[in-house]
Amino acid sequence: MALQQTVGKRVGMTALAWIVGFLIFFPILWTFLTSFKSELDAFSLPPKFLFFHWTTENYAEVQSRSDYFSFAWNSIILSVGANLVGLIVGVPAAWSMAFAPTKRTKDLLLWMLSTKMMPGVGVFAAVYFIFQYLGLLDNRIGIGFLLFMANLPILIWMLYTYFKEIPVDILEAARMDGASLVNEIIYVLTPMAIPGIASTLLLCIILSWNEAFWTLNLTTSHAAPLTAFIASYSSPEGLFWAKLSAASTLAIAPILVLGWFCQKQLVRGLTFGAVK
Amino acid sequence: MGSIELVKVRKDFGGFAVINGVDLKVEDGEFTVFVGPSGCGKSTLLRLIAGLEDISSGQVLIDGKDVSRVGPSQRGLSMVFQSYALYPHMSVRNNIAFALKMAKQPKDVIEQKVKKAAGILNLTDYLERKPRQLSGGQRQRVAIGRAIVREPKAFLFDEPLSNLDAALRVQMRLEIGDLHQSLKTTMIYVTHDQVEAMTMADKIVVLNKGEVAQIGSPLELYNRPQNLFVARFIGSPTMNIATGPSAAKRGATTIGIRPEHVDVSATAGEWPAKVRLAEHLGSDTYVHVEVDDIGPMTVRLGGEAPNQPGQRIFVTPQEPRIHRFDQQGLRVGG
Amino acid sequence: MATQQTTTAGRLLVAPSVILLFLWMIVPLVMTIYFSTLHFILTDPDSRSFIGLQNYIDFLSDPDFLGALRNTLVLVGSVLVISVVGGTLVALLMDQQIYGQSIVRLMVIAPFFVMPTVSALIWKNMLMNPVSGLFAWLAQSVGLTPIDWFTNAPMLSVILIVSWQWLPFASLIMLTALQSLDEEQKEAAALDGVGAIPFFFYIVLPHIARAMTVVILIETIFLLSVFAEIYVTTNGGPSTTNIPFLVYELAQHSYDVGGASAGGIVAVVLANIVAFFLVRVVGKNLEN
Repeated sequence: MALQQTVGKRVGMTALAWIVGFLIFFPILWTFLTSFKSELDAFSLPPKFLFFHWTTENYAEVQSRSDYFSFAWNSIILSVGANLVGLIVGVPAAWSMAFAPTKRTKDLLLWMLSTKMMPGVGVFAAVYFIFQYLGLLDNRIGIGFLLFMANLPILIWMLYTYFKEIPVDILEAARMDGASLVNEIIYVLTPMAIPGIASTLLLCIILSWNEAFWTLNLTTSHAAPLTAFIASYSSPEGLFWAKLSAASTLAIAPILVLGWFCQKQLVRGLTFGAVK
Repeated sequence: MGSIELVKVRKDFGGFAVINGVDLKVEDGEFTVFVGPSGCGKSTLLRLIAGLEDISSGQVLIDGKDVSRVGPSQRGLSMVFQSYALYPHMSVRNNIAFALKMAKQPKDVIEQKVKKAAGILNLTDYLERKPRQLSGGQRQRVAIGRAIVREPKAFLFDEPLSNLDAALRVQMRLEIGDLHQSLKTTMIYVTHDQVEAMTMADKIVVLNKGEVAQIGSPLELYNRPQNLFVARFIGSPTMNIATGPSAAKRGATTIGIRPEHVDVSATAGEWPAKVRLAEHLGSDTYVHVEVDDIGPMTVRLGGEAPNQPGQRIFVTPQEPRIHRFDQQGLRVGG
Repeated sequence: MATQQTTTAGRLLVAPSVILLFLWMIVPLVMTIYFSTLHFILTDPDSRSFIGLQNYIDFLSDPDFLGALRNTLVLVGSVLVISVVGGTLVALLMDQQIYGQSIVRLMVIAPFFVMPTVSALIWKNMLMNPVSGLFAWLAQSVGLTPIDWFTNAPMLSVILIVSWQWLPFASLIMLTALQSLDEEQKEAAALDGVGAIPFFFYIVLPHIARAMTVVILIETIFLLSVFAEIYVTTNGGPSTTNIPFLVYELAQHSYDVGGASAGGIVAVVLANIVAFFLVRVVGKNLEN
């Protein structure tokens, strides 16, 4: 039983919380609204909040002018592809650390974590040269590989914390039932860990989608995802706010929805299991 | 066939011997129980036999073949876990069929075997359910069903009844007994409950601190415990222990006498004592007494004995029933 | 506890990840260290030569470096204070018995999911534009002169944008920590007549202290390498260039690979100091 507050206090707190929440959310809402305005309305003073001529022309415009979908497609391919590969490499590793730990497992986990903390900019020149040498600049495979590597520690960590919750008895039962290691992972572990694997994948997709150092510096057009596409709007020649808003809405909407779905897992993933 | 033999089996964890040189032979078809207090190594010993842990030295032989380096899936044994370890995402049917699928048996054979096992275990109506939709006893049966369809050389049970309530435990005990009668397969059963051990076993292995304290039939252990540890561990209420003059005059360091082998008299006897408490169970009465110069003892009397707390009485051990132990705690004489 | 078989399998299965991560860490790092000892200007390939620690001496004594270091510290420090204090307050508010808590939570967490380039552009244009931005309009409507944010207070602007992105993160984690506070403790405190403020300092704060440490450390790691927000808004300049941006400029604009590499190593060292503490906090948690 929670303590009962007075109704007055509760209403007051609710109002305050909603105001704070609204203020924090406002820039996103404003972007969303602006994306349906004409460029003229977008600039008008005083600002028009809801009473303007609603139009979807910005969305059409964004596509026709800048080939939005090819960037969006890159974002999807890169973030989903990189992390699917991540799962293939990471699930066995997490299995190993959760169910066949050695004395060094803990150190290994912490070491993986520490690789995540290396700032990309620190090795920027070296990576640039490697990519140049291998012909991977502005290449989906190249940037996808980077995103995969950048997320691998977090991915393994998250999977590890989920796997740790699965009773080892059940895997041993599978072994007693004659299952080989591969069958144990495919038929027993994976189905049981599906919720954990799914939320790990979601969080990693979000992180890759928003990654904005490597994508800005190592892509130009062919492999460029939405981060780079949006950055191209920062050039001073034209202030197309409505179109910028439309492009931004398109770039953040899918990830916002995904993010809302996996808030809880987000806490766990980003704190490496330290806060649940 | 399913005889299991352990030769000088040893298991170390971080320099500490959890199992310290165990020799043991389990005959084909025998119901063997490993019993001992928690931490005695009984579950570890079972896991060594299963192959879920490696032995540090020694040999595990199944049907005379050394399987010490053979993985658990290749040993042909089935195991029922304390937690049941059912596959939560599979139906009862698939739980039972899993081992057969892994063995790549044909579909119709699997179907038939699952049906038969479900019939034996009264699970036919529950085949499509998931484990979480079952009661504790039903889960237990699924775990057993999963074990029997493989037709293993031996069944390993790791404290399988400890998660059930008392009534269900008695019922499952009988069911496992029946199963053993009808299958005649070797079973090794681990428990910390000596009543379970006494009621179910053909042969009991009492373990203490990673070593075998005694091996024998239930009545052998009850009648002729080879050492103080077994004497104290087997039997309920536990054996009364006395040291000092009454032991010395019988040529022992320590003597033991079971509560049911002590006579009570209001007027005369070997040990004067004061009644602390009488527990009336209906069929029996346990009289807890404080014997002068020796300490607490329990006396088991048939029927309803009218002792009152504070009352002075005399208790006398039945001479032929006395167990004598030397300084090392080992049995003296017959 | 496992068998030799599973241990062997375990090593085999973890090997690809370990090898990949090891290469990913060591190859660029070794190359960077090597480059950092060279005079290596892209536009002047013939002058490439070994110069020892000269790049480090140049980088560390460059007034731009001191400026960048200062900017980095100001940015990291300010955002940490704003997001941790603000985030805790927001979390406390959300932890009250309010109507529609889940919706408030959705609104609060949303900015964290916005890609850095988008949030920077939204703030730069639609909110902070000195003529048509919403802030300018708000200032005018209460009779104030609108601020030209990026001209007059570029660092403050960047801090605001980055804080907006990270305050939700802090809020969400603090809220999670708060919600794990035992309800019975609250009731016991209420029965004992503990006031709200002592309750917070003696019971709530110790309870969320570890979560707060984790937030501070993780944010520090990310904030040390803030890049996109500066790239799209001010594009550097003396008052917002932080160390990552300085390194980027050395490489991309001056084509000074040696200098950029030395700067990169400095950035790595800085991040590792923080990482050292974070790894210890997380490692402690791993014990149980």
